[in-house]
Amino acid sequence: MAKNVKPRVRVPKKAAKGDIIEIKTLISHKMESGRRKGKDGKLVPRSIINKFSATFNGKPVFSADWAPSVSANPYMSFFAKVDESGEFAFEWIDDDGSVYKSAAKITVA
Amino acid sequence: MSTKQALSALTRREALLLAAGATMVVAGGVVLKSGTAHADQKMVDDAVMKMIGKKKPAEGKITFDLPQIAENGNTVPVGVSVESPMTADNYVKAVHLFADGNPSPEVASLYFTPMSGKASAATRMRLAKTQNVVAVAEMSDGSVFRAQQEVKVTIGGCGG
Repeated sequence: MAKNVKPRVRVPKKAAKGDIIEIKTLISHKMESGRRKGKDGKLVPRSIINKFSATFNGKPVFSADWAPSVSANPYMSFFAKVDESGEFAFEWIDDDGSVYKSAAKITVA
Repeated sequence: MSTKQALSALTRREALLLAAGATMVVAGGVVLKSGTAHADQKMVDDAVMKMIGKKKPAEGKITFDLPQIAENGNTVPVGVSVESPMTADNYVKAVHLFADGNPSPEVASLYFTPMSGKASAATRMRLAKTQNVVAVAEMSDGSVFRAQQEVKVTIGGCGG
């Protein structure tokens, strides 16, 4: 598992039924592209987060496949339509198989 | 003009020709190198075809949120939105992002669902040099749209 990987998400706490809300996510990860040379002149092996997904109450909302062209500390913002209260679950999947998780609750009035 | 002078003139001309030839070889080498080190339009087209199959994309529907000039190629904000009602039977399935001047053209594939509410997302990407960013959108009815925009990059990303 890559070190110091910390996911951060921003989801509004409240929304009205049917609202389209914006969700912003950020995860600290160096996203080593596999093309950069280290101090010893050798290529640093690729190590990136290659998949991100977001679900709401277990149903898929948004997902993304990332290539090495995605910047370090990858940021992702997207939208979701909420019709009921519930919980968003976020998952980032690393090249090495580790899964980083985060979650956020929202109350829909 | 003495024989000696003529000879030296000849060799100088030869030397110049040689130098010119050498420059062309070097220039050719550079072109070849950039051809192998970076993607081009054809590689983007191939990558697009791999993602969506042999469909002919139409223009329109896609809006980019991209800077015209990116000072730092390591983090270039990129936003993309696609016009769509986003209902269960008419929504945007995926948007694939490509950069035609990066070592490999794929940047990201964004997958939407009707629960996304709107087909709009943003991330940050690396751009090795000034190049075109291409977005290809796949709709739930199978139609495909494509758009591209140039971004001028002052300092390239990808660990140069």
